[in-house]
Amino acid sequence: MREVPDLIACEGCDALYRKVSLRRGEIAHCPRCGTELDRDAGRQRERILPLTVASLIMFMIANSFPIVEIELQGLRSQTTLFGAVLSLTTEGMSLVAMLVLATTILFPLLQLLFLLYLLLSLRKQHRPAGFRWLVRAMQNLRPWGMVEVFLLGVLVAVVKLSNMATVIPGVALWAFGVLTVLLTAVVSFNPRHFWQMAFAGDDASGKDHKGISP
Amino acid sequence: MNNADSLSASDDGPIIVAGDADLPAYTAAGHGMMSCHHCGTVWQEVRDHEDCQRCGTPLHMRKPHSIMRSWAFLIAACIMYIPANLMPVMVTKTLLGTQQDTIMSGVIYFWVSGSWELAAIIFIASFLVPLFKLASLILLTLTAQKRSRWRRLQRAKLYRLVEIIGRWSMLDVFVVSLLAGLVQIEGFAKITAGFGVLAFASVVVLTMLAALSFDPRLTWDSNDTEPTANQSKRLLRN
Repeated sequence: MREVPDLIACEGCDALYRKVSLRRGEIAHCPRCGTELDRDAGRQRERILPLTVASLIMFMIANSFPIVEIELQGLRSQTTLFGAVLSLTTEGMSLVAMLVLATTILFPLLQLLFLLYLLLSLRKQHRPAGFRWLVRAMQNLRPWGMVEVFLLGVLVAVVKLSNMATVIPGVALWAFGVLTVLLTAVVSFNPRHFWQMAFAGDDASGKDHKGISP
Repeated sequence: MNNADSLSASDDGPIIVAGDADLPAYTAAGHGMMSCHHCGTVWQEVRDHEDCQRCGTPLHMRKPHSIMRSWAFLIAACIMYIPANLMPVMVTKTLLGTQQDTIMSGVIYFWVSGSWELAAIIFIASFLVPLFKLASLILLTLTAQKRSRWRRLQRAKLYRLVEIIGRWSMLDVFVVSLLAGLVQIEGFAKITAGFGVLAFASVVVLTMLAALSFDPRLTWDSNDTEPTANQSKRLLRN
């Protein structure tokens, strides 16, 4: 078993390409099938830590306060995201409750915490315990975090309710909006860069700033 | 086996000559190399199931049992698609009585009450997208199984589209969950989730799993297109 360091295989069609340096913000696509091969993460690497911390703060706010409040005939009702999950459980919809809990709370939170831990320890120039496992878990979690879909769901629900009751947007609604924007930036950081960052010191070639050319 | 050595040793520049889908390309599989699905490292002189030395993931030429797994998830999704559309997703109890909504009746309600934008969003996310995903994945799996060369570039684009839009079908599940959590006013109005939500959520998860098990590289694998080593060298010099 031998590594071929200067080659990359397209994930979409298995075509082989030679790696070359990408310029700032450049994205390389496979000319045969169009799949993204690599993108330059130069500037993103400086921003990713502050973005992660900001996302975690927004995440706490979004989940601690009510999303919306409704008023109907003088009676009020409000809920947080976790409250909605709980009421699904009490209605016997525990499977759906678990799915909502996982995709909107658990997976995004784990992604952010793993990212924070990995970024902080790489800053101190060491590969942390469980590095391999954490980076792989982050790759696997990526498709299953659905905060942006949830935000659209909240907006649809608000419009739906506005016909039958007075709807007062809560603090968490705005926090979810900001969180969605932040997460879009955070999630676009491919965990694969961690492999290049962590192994950059191992070989003198400094592979971390290399991309691919078709 | 390893003309990879000669490839790596050649001058800088592309080692692929194909500018479009119709030209044969140098593939990792064609040179006995495997790329790690997780970290992307390319290995040579490697056996199937060997662990990647960088990240520890087992290496495979192609995702194991990709076609079979995709079919299993797709068939299950097709079955669940029926109750997802027929059973109520939301049950509303008000002073006026009990109302049961399926996905389509929700769309019709929005359309009739004048919010056609919302009707369109829910119709697209909850009805069109899952149907489109099921049809696309069946088409992709079927053509990959037959090693068809039909419209390979379009099929590659279709796969990427399916991957991107997959998550958005969860919209209705979130809408119902939030409404069920919010509208709990004793005596006046109470919204609960119907069994349809469970079926619908399972369709979304199953189609996402089907898309994840499908290996897009199978679209490009066909017996007649893999260039022999000599052909490859000739193409490289041109």
